[in-house]
Amino acid sequence: MMGIFMSLCHQHMLLAWRSGHTTLIVSFLFIAITLMPFGLGPELALLRKLAPGLLWVVMLMSLLLSLDRMFQADFEDGTFDQLALLPMPMELIVLAKSLGHFLALFVPLLICVPVAGLLLNIDASSLPVLMLTMLMGAPALTLLGAIGAALALSIRRSAMLTVLLVMPLYVPVLIFGATGSSRAISSGGEIELATLGILALMSLAALFMAPLAAAAALRVALR
Amino acid sequence: MVQQQVFFQAVSFSDKLFLQAEDLACARGARDVFSSLNFRVNAGDALAVYGTNGSGKTSLLRMIAGFLAPRAGSLSFSGEPDEQAEPASYCHYLGHADGLKANLTVSETVDFSARNFGQLDTMIDLSVLGLAGHGDQMVGDLSAGQKRRLMLARLLIAPRPIWLLDEPLTALDTQGRDLIETLAGYHLQCGGLILAASHEALNFATHQLTLKRNHHAMVAL
Repeated sequence: MMGIFMSLCHQHMLLAWRSGHTTLIVSFLFIAITLMPFGLGPELALLRKLAPGLLWVVMLMSLLLSLDRMFQADFEDGTFDQLALLPMPMELIVLAKSLGHFLALFVPLLICVPVAGLLLNIDASSLPVLMLTMLMGAPALTLLGAIGAALALSIRRSAMLTVLLVMPLYVPVLIFGATGSSRAISSGGEIELATLGILALMSLAALFMAPLAAAAALRVALR
Repeated sequence: MVQQQVFFQAVSFSDKLFLQAEDLACARGARDVFSSLNFRVNAGDALAVYGTNGSGKTSLLRMIAGFLAPRAGSLSFSGEPDEQAEPASYCHYLGHADGLKANLTVSETVDFSARNFGQLDTMIDLSVLGLAGHGDQMVGDLSAGQKRRLMLARLLIAPRPIWLLDEPLTALDTQGRDLIETLAGYHLQCGGLILAASHEALNFATHQLTLKRNHHAMVAL
């Protein structure tokens, strides 16, 4: 069972990398962040104040863009028929693919946050807190995304629908994540345990509920 | 890992194996595809399913694989591996969509397939599939017929009693068709069971079922 899980996860990562998806998403993050000073003006104090919120929003956008590839490709080329025949429950298949998605897309994004943060004049000392907050929210973001991606499957070319379905689900994570990190940054990089705790709670809840919901949606889409 | 080059794993499935459909009906959306379908396939039998386009051949195979719920009636299995198991764990399904990834090489595809099915120690000799020397080629660069051959690797990797083959001869050359026949022959000898939807005559078929809305014809060949 563990071997199958790791194999699915590995395959998802390998394909995300080979199809250039990881590179595209990371480039998107950089381009979006680079555009910010052009839109907001080169005022360093303003950029610094807005930086955590901007980074969070751009991070969410990048993730939303990537969700389209979570199950869609597998559905189109018939891989899902094969997955459904594997000696493993659909819930675990969802988890394996979500883990693959997290490792192949979220982790590279997270690694880019310090560099993107410097473009927004963020304090280097507050970067660890920001990244830790993002990391805490990441499982919730990936797994909630899996629900949306699975729900939108029955409709062909449903990238936009996935985004619309998932965006409202991301709101609580964004509120706690962004306000938490900007408070932590203004207080000089102090870790706020309450925010981290709430994000971790959301992630744990998503870890429990999302595979059930996404697997149910996948079974409906499989006909 | 020891490379164990297998042509066909000698397994023997339970001789009590059977697949039975009772009063089976199928609907796609609001449209009824077929109804009152009854048949029984026993171990060692291959059923060729014929019918016009839209008569429900693919739907029948997908129903057996558990992808699609019957509108009415029941499907029952018996035999391997245990009575309570999901139908899915009995079946191999090869459909129109090949389930292959263009960005993997041929040998990676076989390797992932083996690991996904939990059959780590099985290595497939690509020359059996007529793909010798293509191991490092990207699947996206293969021809349609070569992709069909690569799909067959799944049948060899994990022994499962029921093979559901949708248009197995599509895009294959004469040798490819011979390969399918050979594999099917071995599978039937092992006590397996095959359902194949086709528009062409299948030499390995022992029975023939023609789907036609609600009067279906089943003949032993």
